[in-house]
Amino acid sequence: MNPDASVKALASTEVDISRVQPGQSITVLWRGKPVFIKRRTQEEIDSARSVDLKDLKHPEKDEDRAKNPEWLVTLGICTHLGCVPLTDKGDYKGWFCPCHGSHYDTSGRIRKGPAPTNLEIPKYEFVDNNTIKIG
Amino acid sequence: MITNTLPKSKFGKWFNDRLPLLTLRNHLTDYPTPKNLNYWWTFGAILTFCLVAQIITGIILAMHYVATAGLAFESIEHIMRDVNYGWLIRYFHANGSSMFFLAVYIHIFRSLYYGSHKSPRELIWIIGMIIYFLMMMTAFMGYVLPWGQMSFWAATVITNLFSAVPFFGESITNWLWGGFAVDSPTLTRFYALHYLFPFLILGLVILHIWALHIPGNNNPVGIDIKQPSKDTVPFHPYIVLKDLFALLIFLLIFAFFVFYSPNLLGHPDNYIEANPLVTPDHIVPEWYLLPFYAILRSIPDKLLGVIAMFASIFVLVILPWLDTSKVRSAIFRPIYKQFYWFLVADVIILGYMGAMPAEGTYLLIARVATAYYFIHFLIILPFLGIKEKTLEVPLSITEPVLGGSSNQTMAKDNSNLRDNL
Repeated sequence: MNPDASVKALASTEVDISRVQPGQSITVLWRGKPVFIKRRTQEEIDSARSVDLKDLKHPEKDEDRAKNPEWLVTLGICTHLGCVPLTDKGDYKGWFCPCHGSHYDTSGRIRKGPAPTNLEIPKYEFVDNNTIKIG
Repeated sequence: MITNTLPKSKFGKWFNDRLPLLTLRNHLTDYPTPKNLNYWWTFGAILTFCLVAQIITGIILAMHYVATAGLAFESIEHIMRDVNYGWLIRYFHANGSSMFFLAVYIHIFRSLYYGSHKSPRELIWIIGMIIYFLMMMTAFMGYVLPWGQMSFWAATVITNLFSAVPFFGESITNWLWGGFAVDSPTLTRFYALHYLFPFLILGLVILHIWALHIPGNNNPVGIDIKQPSKDTVPFHPYIVLKDLFALLIFLLIFAFFVFYSPNLLGHPDNYIEANPLVTPDHIVPEWYLLPFYAILRSIPDKLLGVIAMFASIFVLVILPWLDTSKVRSAIFRPIYKQFYWFLVADVIILGYMGAMPAEGTYLLIARVATAYYFIHFLIILPFLGIKEKTLEVPLSITEPVLGGSSNQTMAKDNSNLRDNL
């Protein structure tokens, strides 16, 4: 019952990000799951980096979550029970999951609600300035 | 205990000597049943009807349904619009699950009231709980098949419960999904299992009835009776006709849903095709799973929430040993009777909270109700069985009746009768 070869064959996706403006966010499908690619504004980066790690339920530095501070790539799956959180919503201006009320900040870190961990960061790399390869 | 009406024909005898199927027939005819069974006892027959009806309508639906992500939603619309009486069959099947659960909840609460789960009927009760658990799984997987938004997100949330398992969570969910998220392989395997489980339930129902026919039915007075005796009547025609009459009333309610408001218990979002990129604003399970959903959400920790939800079902399995009272029927347990109704109210409150958003006052009430649910089974019942002063139980079903009064305490006093004579 484990994933078959045809499912595994679709394990990586390349995304063209040249048209994403600062402050915008796109959602792409990778392995059947949504991935958020957010081009953060300076303000959003600052708010993510100024947080005291002691205030976090799952302490992770923003520097470790975003290789390139302008681009945040996370799985669009709430770590509670797998719903897709809404972008730019919630108490921390990041994401808000409508199913059971988890709030994430602009670094995709859990701040409030039942989710146990931060939004997961998939394996990704910048192929060139305009392309991200996920997986 | 059962008088054998053996087959009279030569072939019948030959056959029955080799495979005693015809002897089994006695269980539908002469089988002695307590004569004081009330209408709450008709739900066994109603449930059997529900199971058979779900299987028959389900097989017909399976002839027209396609279990692949790209075609499932379309094939449901095809059933609704093109297939001869497809709308009727599908609405009957979809509302049938709600009616099935309605009947099963009445059946379970009847057992709790009259103590049918107690010795010597523990195995009947445990088999019943396994049936109930399989019913929930079957209903859940059936709900996924239309591949609408509610289907997809129900599948996502429920399968993600297993991601709470430490260390193996992710491997388990990937194994369940056959991929990295709920997708076509998930749908296809749910379809295969949704087709299989009703037959497992059917097998367990046979065991359930078999185990029932060893001690015989419990009854409202909750006492052991001699079989057959003045306290019993044969299953046919007395119980058969009573069950059929109750089924008729049940079908009236059933028909109201199927013909007049077939989507009342459904959710409009399920008429939108599944979209893995958008979660509906408010996802709720079907009404019959709401109390468990409320328990899941009332615990702030993910793993503990999942454990509490499964524990709420498991606690029912061990109920025969938690309920320590020797007296079965609540009629003779004045304090248990009150706690029984508290439990009924508690479960209804939990169900209501499961449908509401998990925040503020709703969440607080859900937490109190969850705590009470476990307190009822784990603390109140064991304690009550030891401490409660029960009323005097009659020696037979006929005794209180011949005593001339429906009042059990007066009925014990037979001098009343003697004086009148």
